[in-house]
Amino acid sequence: MVEQENRKLALICSKGSLDMAYPPLILANAARMTGIDVDLFFTFWGLDIITKRKINRLNVATVGNPNMHPWFHIPTWLGSIPGMSAMATAMMKKEIDKLDFPPVDEFLEMVHDAGARIFACKMSMDMMKLTEEDMVPYADGIIGAMEFMDYSENAQVLFV
Amino acid sequence: MTEELRDAVLEQVEFDEEGFLTNPDDWNRDLAKAIAEREGLELTDRHWVVIEFNRTSFAENGEAPTLRRITKSTDVNTKELYALFPGGPAKLAAKVSGLGKPTGCI
Repeated sequence: MVEQENRKLALICSKGSLDMAYPPLILANAARMTGIDVDLFFTFWGLDIITKRKINRLNVATVGNPNMHPWFHIPTWLGSIPGMSAMATAMMKKEIDKLDFPPVDEFLEMVHDAGARIFACKMSMDMMKLTEEDMVPYADGIIGAMEFMDYSENAQVLFV
Repeated sequence: MTEELRDAVLEQVEFDEEGFLTNPDDWNRDLAKAIAEREGLELTDRHWVVIEFNRTSFAENGEAPTLRRITKSTDVNTKELYALFPGGPAKLAAKVSGLGKPTGCI
């Protein structure tokens, strides 16, 4: 039990599609539920997950996405038809809801309320011309990659 | 509850290796208090809101509710739940409620 108290998990979230937003959130939540410390570092397209204007508009890409098969397989030529991505997104949201998992915004806030810290990558924000105002208000800070190294000392690190 | 009384209450029932009650039907309120004490918790009215919901939910569904179910169905929110059951509310709340180890991912 003592070991578990010291256990730390650091998740790097680099993808902003709906199907890539859930895995780190689920892992972060599971870790907190079992008493493991969690830091989430959102970088590159992962920033969309903590950007107010984007958080509820994450999509499932139907072109060039090899992760489609649990729902249905969409060949690339079909996936490029307008509306296909919206349809796949709606389907995934329905399946997620059936499993009693919350929508991304609620999930992120829940994970934060559970004690996980949320950090935005400074470089990615500069690149995408985003400011602190664009981020969810409960984000814990904007940090650089080197600072993340400090925060993740002795943590198990997962890149998603 | 004195230490002797606590131990006497705990000795009457069986626990698995991780400290979860083996038979959820053995559970009663005194046992909950004894388990809580063993885990270093002093139960307040707010703990009881969670425990009672857990028991009701278990009676209806045969399994421990997920933390999300608890926060959606009671007035205990996520922050409070983590404050009430420090160091991992999923396991601790289930233990005190006399339920098995939770298996849900949320």
